[in-house]
Amino acid sequence: MLDNRLHSFVAGFVLLTGAAPLYAAPAASMLSDTCAGCHGTDGASHGPATPTIAGLSPDYFTESMQGFKSGERPGTVMGRIARGYTDEEIALMAGYFKDLPFVPARQKTDPAKVAQGEEVYSGNCNKCHDENGSLASDDAGILAGQWLPYLTYSMEDFTSGAREMPRKMKKKVDKLKASEIEATLQFFASQQ
Amino acid sequence: MKNLTRRNFIKMVGGTAAAVGTLGFPAIAAAAGKKQVVIVGGGVGGATAARYIRRADPSVEVTLIEPNQHYYTCFMSNEVLGGERSIDSLKFGYDGLLRHGVKVVHDTVTAIDAAGRKVTTRGGQSFGYDRAIVAPGISFRWDTIEGYDETVATQSMPHAWKAGAQTTLLRKQLEGMADGGTVLIAPPPNPFRCPPGPYERACQIAHYLQQHKPKSRILILDAKDAFSKQGLFTQAWDRYYKGMITWVKAADTGGGVVRVDAKAGTVSTDFETYKPAVANIIPAQKAGEIAHTAGLTDDSGWCPIEGRTFESTLQKGIHVIGDAAIQAPLPKSGYAANSEAKVVAAAVVDLVNDREPGAPSWVNTCYSIVAPDDGISVAMVYNLVDGKVAKVEGAGGLTPMDSSAADRSREVAYAHSWFNNITNDIFG
Repeated sequence: MLDNRLHSFVAGFVLLTGAAPLYAAPAASMLSDTCAGCHGTDGASHGPATPTIAGLSPDYFTESMQGFKSGERPGTVMGRIARGYTDEEIALMAGYFKDLPFVPARQKTDPAKVAQGEEVYSGNCNKCHDENGSLASDDAGILAGQWLPYLTYSMEDFTSGAREMPRKMKKKVDKLKASEIEATLQFFASQQ
Repeated sequence: MKNLTRRNFIKMVGGTAAAVGTLGFPAIAAAAGKKQVVIVGGGVGGATAARYIRRADPSVEVTLIEPNQHYYTCFMSNEVLGGERSIDSLKFGYDGLLRHGVKVVHDTVTAIDAAGRKVTTRGGQSFGYDRAIVAPGISFRWDTIEGYDETVATQSMPHAWKAGAQTTLLRKQLEGMADGGTVLIAPPPNPFRCPPGPYERACQIAHYLQQHKPKSRILILDAKDAFSKQGLFTQAWDRYYKGMITWVKAADTGGGVVRVDAKAGTVSTDFETYKPAVANIIPAQKAGEIAHTAGLTDDSGWCPIEGRTFESTLQKGIHVIGDAAIQAPLPKSGYAANSEAKVVAAAVVDLVNDREPGAPSWVNTCYSIVAPDDGISVAMVYNLVDGKVAKVEGAGGLTPMDSSAADRSREVAYAHSWFNNITNDIFG
């Protein structure tokens, strides 16, 4: 309900203020359908690496796009693409993708690592990434069933310092061995 | 096509076509009040438009007319030449579109009557429409290189610029050549399909030669003085294939390749004649044939369009998308065709329902795989400014020259993901 109201408010805001006199923002579906080339139809990626963006929380989607746009979050093409959108357009896309179903990736994982990863997860990650990382809550991304190479790239960026970790996450991650991080990602990747 | 036998497929497709031909489906459909869209061409643009119209408004009847049973994507076909991918991995059928309720007719369109809103095929069928979308891709200007024609391309000097048999022929020639030979690539003048393609091709062929025929060389006789992603390609040639690839700009040869002699196996510029082991001649291009027949092209050989809806400025009620359209600053790429198709699908659905089309938005991303673990890209976001397609200021650009090995490796993984996702978006 709240999300829908926010969505309408944002859409109204775009109509009322506009970005420029000659520029009306495209519809949310118009903006979002352009993402399918890389992220899959309706934001559900066929992989092997590009993440699924369907079902993400609007907070997380917006924070990601704004991070790419400002350069705060590292990326390959996403910075170049995110700079093509106004804040209003990003909000429209965030509202569009939140209602689309997250389709878990079908990929091979190592059962031994998955089992180890589940233990690491239970002791460290579950407070923010609840329900095995499947919830799209607040500023947390959906990790369960996400493509493994993408999860790996993300943790590489976090541990190298290229991407800033939330303080609580950093405290936990700093104590983990590389093998434990890898196992945890295998656990997330194995979720269906 | 997995769960469909060939006979069933023909029954489904042929049955649709037969019913259309004999019963005159525009008349029936008009009686039922259904809006008709006819799409000419089942490549990236045409197939995407068909799917996205049905998504937006399932009450619209969409008929897609395409001569071939399968489409081979031109994108990623350089990986076939490099030995990194099979030709079958580029092959897509139309069962996905059938599932979305698109009527697929395998026939060749011979005429489009814009005034009568009717499309006619070689097979003698005709289809009335409320809106037509024409996506015929490219055809070649056979008259620009003396001695080069379709027969020469088919038999001895492939262009491999439409994927399929041409790709397979070029790959076979590379496999068959002796070590120490020269592969000559003649890239076309602007504008042409897939601007980074010839230079990615040089990388992929060099990758193959390096492994199997290390004494061989690649000579690129360009019809241009500059090319897409030039800095990044030059860097890759130096980094991975040092001494193997020579690029000669048009100014140094008086304009590139002007003549071939298929019998003698020679390729000539105005200054010099070469006898390569393999000759890959990519001729100058223009819009696909039907665009010319239907009066959709101007003197440039391409199709002028109106920016918001890609409706032809020459023929009312006909929208042209993909490589055939004058869509600059959007490039002639698969991603752009897919993106244009979605904009046009939304516009056509609005127009047949008597609504004003909304604001468009386009994206392009072109990946090139320069080595098995090194990918580069160019990306851009576009919007409509004063009725014309425009690059969004501050957006887009190239992979940085100094990007890390890790990022280059990620770009390869993202390029392969792009291939899987866009082909599913088009044909899935």
